[in-house]
Amino acid sequence: MVSESIMLSCRALWKVFGPRPGYYFDTSGYRIDPEALVTRLRQEGHIPAVADATFDVRKGEIFVIMGLSGSGKSTLVRCLSRLLDIEHGVLEFEGRDLSRVSGRELTEIRRRKMGMVFQSFGLMPHLTALENVALPLKLQGMARAPREARARKMLELVELASREDALPAQLSGGQQQRVGIARSLAPDPELWFLDEPFSALDPLIRRQMQDEFLRLQRQLKKTIIFITHDIMEACRLADRIALMQGGRIIQIGTPADILLKPADDYVASFTAEVALSRAIRVRDLAQPGAAEGPPVAPEALLETLLADLASGRQRFPVQGQPGQVLEADAVLAVLRRDAGGG
Amino acid sequence: MARFSRSERLWAVLLAVSALMVVLAHQMPVLRGFPTALTLPLSEALNAVITPVFEALRPIGRLLSTMIEAPLAAIRAGLAWAPWPATVLGLAMLALYAGGRRLAVFALLALGVVALMGYWPKAMNTLALVLISVPLAVGIGFALGALGHLVPKARAGLIFLLDVMQTWPAFGYLIPLLLMFGFGPAAGLAASVIFSIPPMVRNTMLGLDEVPPAIVESALMAGARPGQLFWQAKVPVAMPQLMVGVNQTTMASLSMVIIIAIIGGFNDIGWEVLSAMRAAELGRSLGAGLVIVLIAVLLDRITRGFAGRRRGVAPRWLGPGLMAALVLALLLPGEALLPDEEGQRWLRRLDAWLLGFVAWSAPVFAVLRNAITYGVMLPMRLGFSGAASPMVWGFALSAPVTLTYIAVSLGGVVALGCRAPWRGIGFGFAALVFWTGLPGFPWPGVFLLMGFATWRAGGAGLFALAMGALLLAGVSGLWQPMMQSIYLCAVAVLISFAIGATLGVIAAESDRFSALLRPVSDTLQTMPQFVFLIPALMLFRVGEFTALIAIVLYAVVPPIRYVEHGLRSARADLTEAAVQMGATPWQLLWQVKLPLARGSVRLGLNQTIMAALSMLVIAALVGTRELGQQVYVALSRADAGAGLIAGAVIAAIALVADRLLRAPVA
Repeated sequence: MVSESIMLSCRALWKVFGPRPGYYFDTSGYRIDPEALVTRLRQEGHIPAVADATFDVRKGEIFVIMGLSGSGKSTLVRCLSRLLDIEHGVLEFEGRDLSRVSGRELTEIRRRKMGMVFQSFGLMPHLTALENVALPLKLQGMARAPREARARKMLELVELASREDALPAQLSGGQQQRVGIARSLAPDPELWFLDEPFSALDPLIRRQMQDEFLRLQRQLKKTIIFITHDIMEACRLADRIALMQGGRIIQIGTPADILLKPADDYVASFTAEVALSRAIRVRDLAQPGAAEGPPVAPEALLETLLADLASGRQRFPVQGQPGQVLEADAVLAVLRRDAGGG
Repeated sequence: MARFSRSERLWAVLLAVSALMVVLAHQMPVLRGFPTALTLPLSEALNAVITPVFEALRPIGRLLSTMIEAPLAAIRAGLAWAPWPATVLGLAMLALYAGGRRLAVFALLALGVVALMGYWPKAMNTLALVLISVPLAVGIGFALGALGHLVPKARAGLIFLLDVMQTWPAFGYLIPLLLMFGFGPAAGLAASVIFSIPPMVRNTMLGLDEVPPAIVESALMAGARPGQLFWQAKVPVAMPQLMVGVNQTTMASLSMVIIIAIIGGFNDIGWEVLSAMRAAELGRSLGAGLVIVLIAVLLDRITRGFAGRRRGVAPRWLGPGLMAALVLALLLPGEALLPDEEGQRWLRRLDAWLLGFVAWSAPVFAVLRNAITYGVMLPMRLGFSGAASPMVWGFALSAPVTLTYIAVSLGGVVALGCRAPWRGIGFGFAALVFWTGLPGFPWPGVFLLMGFATWRAGGAGLFALAMGALLLAGVSGLWQPMMQSIYLCAVAVLISFAIGATLGVIAAESDRFSALLRPVSDTLQTMPQFVFLIPALMLFRVGEFTALIAIVLYAVVPPIRYVEHGLRSARADLTEAAVQMGATPWQLLWQVKLPLARGSVRLGLNQTIMAALSMLVIAALVGTRELGQQVYVALSRADAGAGLIAGAVIAAIALVADRLLRAPVA
C-alpha cells in the first residue's frame, strides 16, 4: 500500500500524557474528531502532546518539524523513533507497523536503520570521542578493530579526527555535537533523526554546523527528520516543513508554501519575521514561459538577483528547465512584502 | 477575630487546652507521667515470640556466619602475616593512586604513627572487619538501589525501610542478631552491614535516576538492549555518585564496626578504646581514639579520591611502589618487626600528664558545666516550677513568683500575638514548657499536640506513626525515658544549632575563616561517633552533661555546613539589589540572605536533630537516663524485646522529627 519512495508514514498519530491516556482511544469503529477530543482531554487533566499527526516522509528528503517549545515536536519525534509509545494511530517504517514490533525487533531496527542526534548531545561522559562514536557498533557486538576503524572514518567525516582521545568535557559544544553526529551515523542508518541538534550552540557556530550538515547530506543522501524551533533554520534546511502548534500539525509544505501561503494567522505571525528574499528560491516562483539572456539556477535565492533587477531585466530563464521562467514582477511582489512586513 | 487564620485559631485553642492541663497537673498527678496502671508487659511478650523465632533461625545464622568468617579469617591472617612496612607502603600506593602525592604522604605518616604507638595488630583487625563489611554492604546496597530505580512501585517501601534502618539504633537489633548468629564477629558484622547499606542504596538510586534523559535516549537509539542500557550507559554515567555511596558506606561501616566492639571478642581498636575508658586510662583511650581518627580520615580520603577521579593515567611511582611493597612483604619477617612496647609505655606516661591537666583545668570546665547545667539543662528538665527551689536557683516558688511568671507569660502572649498571632502562640507554648520542663509536660498534652502537628504536616500515615510511638513508649513503661531523650536531644540541638549556625554565618562572610573551619568540620564529620566520647569523658567524668557535650560535638557540623552553604548560594542578583538599595551588612544578612537561605537552614536543623538522635544511643555509654540507656541496659541483659521496643521508639521519634521538619510550614 505504501509506495516505494515513502520511508516513514504516520496516520492519525496520538500521544497523550495524563493519568489514563488509554481510556480515550478504546473506540474501534468510531471516527475521532480531533478538535473535540483535544478539548475534552485538556478539560479532563490530560495533555495531548501529539494530536492526530498525519504525514509521509519520502526517501532522501529533509523533513523539518518546526514549532515553539511545548508544541509537541520533541514528543512527536520520540514517537516516530518509538522512544515513547503511541496511544493511537498507524506508524509505518518501510512498510512495517512500527507500533507493533517487539522490543527485540525494535532494538534491531534502531541498530541498523535509525540514527538520532540530541539537543544536549547525549554523549557518555566516561568515554572518549572515539569510544562514543564506536558505542553503537559495540552494542551490536562488532569487534574492536573494525568498529574503531569505522568510528575513525566517521570522525574524519565530521572533521574531528585529531580529537579522538578527548573526553566530551574537553570538547566545545560544536565539537561535542560533531561527535554526536558521527555517532548517529556510525551504523550507516537509513533514517536520521535530529532533535534540535544546533539549538544549544552559539549563533555563529550554528550557521557553520548548518552548512556542514547540508554538505554531509549532499554526500550521504539520508532520509532526515529534523526538529527545530527556528524558522530560519527550517527554511534553510528543509525540503518540506511541518509546523506544529499545541500538539497539532497545522501546515505541511515546502518553505515557499509556508512563507507565501501561510495556512492561518499563527503561521503568518511566525513567518512575518523571515526575510523572504533570503528564503525563497528561483524555483519557488518559476512559471511557464520563455525568455532570453543568461539563465539563473533554480535553487538560487531571490536576493542574488537584486543586481539584475536593478538593471531592469524583466524575465529570467531557469537553468536546466526549458519552458520555465521567472518574472521580475513576481520577485518584486515578494520584495515588497519584505519591505512592508519588516 | 477575622484576621486569625483557621490554623492559627486551632493552635490558639490547643494552647489554651495545654495551659489548662498544666494547671490541673499540679492537682492531679495522673496527668504528669504516663499512668503505670496502663503499662503492659510488652517486652516479655515480645521476647516470647522473638527468642524462639531467632533461635529457629540459628542454623541459617550458623551457615551465614561460617560463610563470612572464612574470608574474614583469611583477610585477618593475611594482614597479620604481612610485615607492617609492606602494608604501609601498599596502602600509601593506593592513596597515591586515589588522591595523589599529598594523600600518599599522609598515609605514610598516619600509618607510621599507628604502628609506632603499638596499635598495629588491633588496627589491622578493625580493617579486616571493614574490608568484609564494605563489599557486602555495597553489593546489597547497589542491588537494592537498582531495584528501587528499575521498579518504581518498590520505591516508597524501600525508602521507608532505609529510614528505619538508619534511625533504628544498632544496639536495638543487636540482640536478635546475637540470638541468630551467636556471640562472635558475625553478629557485629551483620549489624554493621545493616547500618551501612542505606547510603549505598540512596546514592545508587540518586545516581541512576539522574542519568540525563539524552544519555538514556541516545543509548536506546544506538540499539542498547535493557541490560546494555543499564551496564554500559547508566552505571558508568552514575559512577561518581556510586562512589560517593561507597565512601559513605565505608565511613558508616567503620563507625559501626568500632561501636560493635562492645560485644567484644575480636581484639580490635574499638575494644581497645572501650577497655581503656573503662579502666579510666586517659592516655591509652586517647591514643586508640587517635588511631581510629587516622584510619577514618585515610579511608575517607581514599574512597573520596576514587569518587572524584576522572579517567587518567596512573602516577609514575605506582608500579615500582607496589613492587617494593611486595618484595618487602616477602623478605621481611612478619610479626617480628612490630615495634616493642615503647609506644604503649609512652601513652601510659601521657596518662599522668593528662590527669594533671584535667585536675588543673577542672575549675574552668566546672564553670562551663555549672553554667550549662543550671542555666539550660535543669530548667529544661525540671522546668521553672522545679528549678525555682533554694537548692537549684536559690529562691523558692512562692506565690508572688508564680503570679509574676503567669503575668509575664500572659503579657508576652498578648503583646506578641497582637503583632503576629504565630509569635504569640509560640511564646505561649514556650512559657508552658519552660514552666513544667520537657519531661514533666502533661502526657495527654503531648499526645494532643503531636497528634495535631503530625496530622497537619504529614497526614494519616505520620499521625499513626507518632501516636503509635507515643503509645508504645507509654504502655511499655518508657514514657519517662522517652521524654528524657526528647529533652536531652532538644538541649543538644539548641546548643549545637546556636554554635553551628553562628560559625556558619561567620564562615559565609569570611573566606579565611571558612578555609580554617573546613578541615575541622571535615574531620569531625569523618570521625566515628564513638570517638566523641573520649574527650568529653576525660574532661567531665560520667554523667548526663558529658553525654550532652559528646552529642553537641557530633551534631555541630551539619548547621555549620548547611548555613554556610545556604548563605553562600543566595542569589547574587538579589544581594546586589539589596546592597544597591543601601542595606547594611547586618540588614543584608537578616533581611535578605537568611530568608533566602531558609530552606537550607531548615535542612541543617533537620540534620542536626538526626545527628543528635543517632548520637543519643552512643552517648548513653557515659551515663544518661533516657531511651539510649534503656537500649544499652537491654543489651547487657540480653533482653531482645526491651531493646527492640526502646529502639523502635527512638527510630519513630527520629522519623517523626524528620517528616515534621521537611513538611512545608502550616
